[in-house]
Amino acid sequence: MDTKTNSDVALTTRLKPMTAPLKTSTKKAVKKTTEKPMKKPVEILREHIVEILSDSGEGAQKCGQTFAAIAARMGNGIWTVEIIPAEIQPPARSIEGASGNRIRVGSKQISNGGDETDLIVAFNEQVLIGRLRAKELKPGCTILLENKWLHDRDPGIIASYSQTRDEIIEQGYNVFEIPMEEECLRYVKDPKKGKNMFVLGMLCSIYSMDMDMAREQVAFIFRKKSKVVVESNHVLLQAGYEWAESNLDIKYQIPTTKSEETQIVVNGNTSLALGVMASGMRVCAMYPITPATSASHYLSEVFQRVGGVVHQAEDEIAACAFAIGASYAGKCALTITSGPGYSLKQEAIGLAVMAEIPLVVINVQRGGPSTGQPTKGEQSDLLTACYGSHGDAPKVVMAVSTIEDCFYSMITARRIAETFHMVVVVLTDANLATAQQPFVRPQFSENWVAEPVDQNSLPEGTTPYDWDGQTGLARRLVPGQPHGMHCITGLAHDRNSRVAYDPEINQEGMRHRSLKLAAFQKTLKTPPVYGGGDGDLLIVGWGSSKGAIQEAVERSRAEDLKVSSLNLKFIQPLPSGLKNIFQRFNKVMTVESNWNDDLESDLIDEDNRRISNLALILRSRYLVDIDCWGEVKGQPLKPGAICAMIQEKLNLKGS
Amino acid sequence: MSSATTDRLLKSDTDRLPIEDYQRCDPRWCTGCGNNAILTAVQKLCRDERLPREKTVFVSGIGCSSRFPHYMNTYGFHSLHGRALPIAEGIKMRRPDLHVFVNTGDGDCCSIGTAHWIHAIRYNMDMTVLMHDNNIYGLTKMQTSPTSPLGLISNTSPRGTQLQPINPLSVTLGVANASFVAQAVDWIPDLLYQTISRAFHHKGFSFVRILQRCPEYVPVLFEEAVKDPSKILLLSHENGLKISADLSKVYRNQEKHDPSNADRAREIAAMTDRIPIGILYHNPDAPRHEDVEYPDKLGTPQMIKTVLNEEFDKFTI
Repeated sequence: MDTKTNSDVALTTRLKPMTAPLKTSTKKAVKKTTEKPMKKPVEILREHIVEILSDSGEGAQKCGQTFAAIAARMGNGIWTVEIIPAEIQPPARSIEGASGNRIRVGSKQISNGGDETDLIVAFNEQVLIGRLRAKELKPGCTILLENKWLHDRDPGIIASYSQTRDEIIEQGYNVFEIPMEEECLRYVKDPKKGKNMFVLGMLCSIYSMDMDMAREQVAFIFRKKSKVVVESNHVLLQAGYEWAESNLDIKYQIPTTKSEETQIVVNGNTSLALGVMASGMRVCAMYPITPATSASHYLSEVFQRVGGVVHQAEDEIAACAFAIGASYAGKCALTITSGPGYSLKQEAIGLAVMAEIPLVVINVQRGGPSTGQPTKGEQSDLLTACYGSHGDAPKVVMAVSTIEDCFYSMITARRIAETFHMVVVVLTDANLATAQQPFVRPQFSENWVAEPVDQNSLPEGTTPYDWDGQTGLARRLVPGQPHGMHCITGLAHDRNSRVAYDPEINQEGMRHRSLKLAAFQKTLKTPPVYGGGDGDLLIVGWGSSKGAIQEAVERSRAEDLKVSSLNLKFIQPLPSGLKNIFQRFNKVMTVESNWNDDLESDLIDEDNRRISNLALILRSRYLVDIDCWGEVKGQPLKPGAICAMIQEKLNLKGS
Repeated sequence: MSSATTDRLLKSDTDRLPIEDYQRCDPRWCTGCGNNAILTAVQKLCRDERLPREKTVFVSGIGCSSRFPHYMNTYGFHSLHGRALPIAEGIKMRRPDLHVFVNTGDGDCCSIGTAHWIHAIRYNMDMTVLMHDNNIYGLTKMQTSPTSPLGLISNTSPRGTQLQPINPLSVTLGVANASFVAQAVDWIPDLLYQTISRAFHHKGFSFVRILQRCPEYVPVLFEEAVKDPSKILLLSHENGLKISADLSKVYRNQEKHDPSNADRAREIAAMTDRIPIGILYHNPDAPRHEDVEYPDKLGTPQMIKTVLNEEFDKFTI
């Protein structure tokens, strides 16, 4: 194929006149020159959402992460969301194979993934179709599309590409067809490797990024590779930048507000793993499961350096049992999993409750039931976390709401588990697991780390479960302590840990294990209300939806709606003071990423409506008529969608 | 965990305690139950080895045999059905200074806990595993177990079981990294003691299958073997069991079997006409998971601070 012809085609078929509703700047014809960068008007933006999508293995992920890192280093707020195919090698050019990254860049701190995308780079038209169908793109948004498919040997591919292109132009998208691969071929033999850096260069031009920082960041991500690789990627980065400078007429700038404190950027799972190290926990037992495993990958790399062990067990049950054994004989241990694995661990979790062995269980929630949606986030495991194990098994359930919170929650969870000899379930989800957000670099404190294991001799006749009548707490005896010998058991037992058949003894054990939860509850503070202290609507959320809910509240309040929100970190036990807060609002509802039946459906009424997890818990505790709203689309909740729902709820109230 | 390390450095030598000091209470097994003989042998071992009671942990699953830790005056962990092994592994990984024993039954080990059993052999962590095999579920009242012989009548197989039993010895020997496999019977106390003692001294995962009589539900099962010594094959070797002259008079079927011979061990394990007793296989050099994985660092706050800061440096923008 003649490359010259290709680029001619590429540049002439570029665009139709636009009717983009959201863009006001007029289009310029693209000059076919690479000599001197033209002066372009720079549009100042408050924020933008950028997506880079390719087939699996083409490097869109890396491009997106690097773009986000450069933006963060420059002082922009960022929130990144990974778009991950469920299969390892999905078919090329397929909708389900789309792999990439979605970056929300703003001039201030960003707390969530935001609404629809403003600019998307697609390596083929198929990955784009998936995003169009999912309605993830803002009407009229900018689409930068690899155009090599126009010259494919397969007429079917040419037809598919052309048809899609025509359709999106027809629909009013601002489409640029770009000879990405062809341009890369001028510098490298295999453009599959490196096209992503060309795209990064383009994005750096479009968003007026600091190219020195970009080069530094590229050198950093390839630091383990040879010098040749770094150089080749630098060349492509520069080539992409220059190409965009010369050929594209879009130029934005998102003002930065550089934080005065040093920041770090990690995803939620890495943050969890760093928190595990900081907490002084020493054993993490796990079994591979998406989306939890990446935390263990990182921990496996670093844990040994602080005397820790990651044990990959033969199954989820064994992982939990291993952690219980390690906890029983030493410092509190950890097991990490996702939904299906959590279900399997339930019996063992009950044992830890019964025997009062401290244990931290992380559940990185994904879509369920069954295998569900392994790579997509959901908040459907709340009830199973609170009430899952058979029998009455009181345990602490807490949720993390930001990337930073992932880190500190590990320290808190370990401390609660060891203080109260309880199981602490920490709920996070796929959205937080792979999302990235900068936060202030933590300053180490010795208080984070667990005390050494007590190996002191005990007074003769020490009772293993010397329950305190007020708090339910008993001293924990650890193997190695002289005079502490006893047989711990999952059977109902008395203060001496002897198997008890006496009904009074069973009642007594239950009472003390339950009391501990009440004692812990007394240490909790009432969470702050975001927005105003009273009003028409209070939205209660938990976990990762905090940012989206707060943004929706902020936007609604800007429109004079009396809406506030509350994010619950502790769901079992619930902190005091909630009922008072609820009573100050005309309407209270939860917003959660889990299922609830729609009252608009013919069959659904107040008698049979299945409601969201947290709403169910709050209704039963506070006897307040709490409504709920949620989505289970496998995407983080969008502030825009919550805003629309708020409008609807408040108007309904008036009618 | 500094105390554990200190203890390993300054291994204290306690005075020999009387056997009663290892007994917590009277066992509540049926009269004539084979578990009683196993308990006695183990308590004798603890006494003879002068095991510090606070440094010894018995971990069990669920079932008749899993009541064992309650009767030992040491630390004990009576856990979940089938899950004794992963719990014991967690203990050993954190606390290599503890002597870890596991009591598990045929249902516990070869049915609900099979996955853990297979993988525990691979891990080869240092623990003594006593598999009390009475070929029946006792605690739940006479159901067919995975080791029940063909045709055994039980509450779940009223017309006799139609399934071939699992051979725990063959299975164990079939797993890579198996390091100690032995078989004993509850009715020859001398050899039971010797076998458990050898298992205890092996550094690694020692698996001892103990044929254990259940007079309540399957009284006739081992009757023939108990009464007729010709049904038994004793394995002797300078690296295996020492057969006394008295025993030799009764048990004439004997084979000099070198426990390092894995091929012969598998043949012996597969025997159907006789019950082999003794050490089938021993490889003291198999790698132990805790030796490979146990970190040589103590994880002091200072070290955690240093490593965290090194990691934060990587992520700092």
